[in-house]
Amino acid sequence: MNQKAVEVIGVSKNFGSYQALKSISFDIRSNEFFTMLGPSGCGKTTLLRMLAGFESPDTGSILLNGREVVEIPPHKRRVNTVFQSYALFPHMTLEQNVAFGLENLGWQRSRIRSRVGEMLERVHMSQFATRKPAQLSGGQRQRVALARALAPEPEVLLLDEPLSALDLKLRQAMRDELRMLQRDTGITFVFVTHDQEEALDMSDRIAVLGGGEVQQIGTPTEIYEEPVNRFVADFVGETNFLPVEVLEAAGGMATVRTPFGQLIRVSAPAGVTKGAATLSVRPEKINLGDQAPATAFPAQVVNKNYMGGYTHYLLSANGTEFRASRRNASREGDTIPVGGTIAAGFAETSARVLLA
Amino acid sequence: MTDSAHHGPVTATAPRARAPGFWHNLAFWGLLPSWLLMGVALLLPILIIAAVSVATRGAYGGFEWGFDLSGYRQILFNEGWTGELEFTPQYLVIILRTLALAGVTTLICLAVAVPVAYHIACQPPRLKAALVYLITLPFWVSMILRVYAWMIILGRDGPLPRFLEFFGAHAGLSFMYNDGATLAAMVYTYMPLMVLPVFASIEKLDGTLIEAAHDLYGNRWVTLRRVILPLTAPGLISGAILVFVPSLGAVLEPSLMGGGKQMMMGSLIQLQFSGGRNWPFGAAIAMTLLVFVMIVLLLIARRATAKESTA
Ligand SMILES: Nc1ncnc2c1ncn2[C@@H]1O[C@H](COP(=O)(O)OP(=O)(O)O)[C@@H](O)[C@H]1O
Ligand SMILES: [Mg+2]
Repeated sequence: MNQKAVEVIGVSKNFGSYQALKSISFDIRSNEFFTMLGPSGCGKTTLLRMLAGFESPDTGSILLNGREVVEIPPHKRRVNTVFQSYALFPHMTLEQNVAFGLENLGWQRSRIRSRVGEMLERVHMSQFATRKPAQLSGGQRQRVALARALAPEPEVLLLDEPLSALDLKLRQAMRDELRMLQRDTGITFVFVTHDQEEALDMSDRIAVLGGGEVQQIGTPTEIYEEPVNRFVADFVGETNFLPVEVLEAAGGMATVRTPFGQLIRVSAPAGVTKGAATLSVRPEKINLGDQAPATAFPAQVVNKNYMGGYTHYLLSANGTEFRASRRNASREGDTIPVGGTIAAGFAETSARVLLA
Repeated sequence: MTDSAHHGPVTATAPRARAPGFWHNLAFWGLLPSWLLMGVALLLPILIIAAVSVATRGAYGGFEWGFDLSGYRQILFNEGWTGELEFTPQYLVIILRTLALAGVTTLICLAVAVPVAYHIACQPPRLKAALVYLITLPFWVSMILRVYAWMIILGRDGPLPRFLEFFGAHAGLSFMYNDGATLAAMVYTYMPLMVLPVFASIEKLDGTLIEAAHDLYGNRWVTLRRVILPLTAPGLISGAILVFVPSLGAVLEPSLMGGGKQMMMGSLIQLQFSGGRNWPFGAAIAMTLLVFVMIVLLLIARRATAKESTA
C-alpha cells in the first residue's frame, strides 16, 4: 500500500519577482492523511492549487498516480478540493451541489441519486437535502462541501485550511470527523493548515513548509521530537534554544556542553559539526523540583504563569533564560514562588542539536 | 459568503404597547411628501395619457374628454367610408418592427456587454474604476449630438467610408439611412445601460465558485451554463430591461439614422401628437406599449421571486 498518489518533482513558482516556491520535491503516499504545515504566505495554497490544476508550476512536474498532470486542466483531474470558503453553489440545493460533480462525470441518474443520499447521510446532512447553502451554519456548509468533494471518489482530496473558519469547539469535532472519513474512505487526503496542533492531531505524515521550501517531512512524532532545524522546532510547538558547544559529533549523536555546565550526549541530525550550535529542549521536558533528574542544576524562577492544569515558568541559570512547564499533578503542585530557586533538569534523550 | 447569522427569517419583534393613532404615525407623515411627489411626477402623466387614449378625437385636432375606444380600434382596424371595419396590418407591422429592432438591439448589447463587463471585472481596482467611468462617459454628452456624430462617422465622406476607400472601396460610399445605421446608433446609445448592471453582477460573482465548477469536472460550457449564467442572471435581466424598454420608444435613431424610412412606434406616437393631430390614437398606442412592457416585467418579476422561494 505504499504507492505514490502524488509526486511533486522540482516544482518552483514565481509571482513577479517574488519566489513563492523554490524547487520543491516530495511524495504523498496512497491512502495517507498528508498535511502541508507552514506559516501563512509560505506557499501552501499555491502548491495545493497546482495539484488541483488552477495554477501551473514554472518548472518541475507533478504526477498523480504516476501520470504527469501539469498540462491537464482541473476538470480532467481525478482530484477534488474542499475550498476554504466552501464555495458551495448558492443557487443549488445541497443535493444538487453534491450531484454536480457526478453529473459531469456522466453517472447514471439512479446511481447519482443513491450516491448523493449516501454522502449526505455520511456527513449527517440528510434532513437538509433540499435546502440551499445560505440556510446553513458554517459547520453544516463545511460538511456539505466535504460530501460534494468526496462523492465522485477522487484519487486525492485537497483541503485548504477547511477548519479555520469554524469556532473552536466545532473545529475539534470536525478534526475527528475528517480523520474518520479519511480512514473509512481510504482516499488520499492532502490537508493544508498553519495550525500545528491540527497537523499533529490528524496527520499520518506532515511536510513542514517555510520560505518556499520543504523544511522537513515526517510523522507527527518525528516532526515534534526530532525537528531537523531551528525553523521546524520553532514553528511546531514551543521550545528552548540553548547555545551549546559541540565537542564531538558522529553517527547521529553529539557530545555537547550546555550553558549550565553539563556535558551530555544528545541526538543530532546529519551535518552537525564541532563548534557552536543550538540545542532544542521542549519546556514540558524540563523537569522541576522533585520531578527533576539526578543531572539537575539549580535555577531561579524569574516569572510564572499559572494555567490551572499546568504552570509555565520562566527560569534562569548561569545567565541563560529558558522556559519549563510543569503539570500540576496534585493540589500542592504549584508551590514554587517567583524569585525562589528550584532544581531543573532534562533527560539527554529529550534534547536535540539543531542545524542552523 | 455572508455569515449564517444574517440568514433565516427575520421575525418582527417591535414592541406594540398601543396602536399608534393616525395623527401620531410619524412614518406616514414623514414619507407623505415623497409619496405625493412620486404620485404626481410618475403616476399623473400616465393617468392623463390613459384618459386621453379613451377620449374622442376633436374635429380639428385636439380631443374632448369622454369614453371612446376608437383610438385602440384604429391600431388594428380601419374604418371605411361606410363605417365598416377593415383589418389593416399597417400599424401592427410598425409595432412588430419596433419590437424586432428593440429585441435585436438588446441581443447585440448583451453579446457585446458580457465579455466587456467580464474583462472590466478582471482588472485591478483602479483600472476597473477608470473603465467603468469611461463606459458612462457618453451620458455626459447630449444624445442628439451623439447621434449627429454617428451620422458624420457613417455618412458620405465620413471617417468610416474614407477609411474603407483607403483600402480600395469606391468613393462616395455612405452607410447612412438604413436599418443597419439605426441599429448601430441604438446599440451605441444603450450599451452603457447593459454593461453597468452586467458588470455589477459579474463582479459580485465569487471566482472560487467557477473554480469549484471546474474542480467538479465541469468544462467551460457546463460552468457557464450551470454556474455563471444562473448567478449573473439578475444583472443580465436588468440590463436587458434597461435596453429593451427605452429601445421600444426610440425616436431619434430611426428618424435621423434610418432617415425616417422605416416608421417606428416612437415616431408614430410623436406624429399623432404633432402633425397627425390624433391624440387619442397616439395615447392608445402609448398605453398599448405600456401594458405590453408591464406584462413582460411582471412575468420576469414573478419568475425571479418564484426562483428565490424554491429553497
Ligand atoms: N496570484 C498571485 N499573485 C501574486 N502573488 C501571489 C499570488 N498567489 C500567491 N501569491 C503570493 O505567494 C505567496 C504564497 O501564497 P499562498 O500559497 O497563498 O500561501 P499560504 O497558503 O501558505 O498562506 C504569498 O506571499 C502570496 O502573497
Ligand atoms: Mg493559504
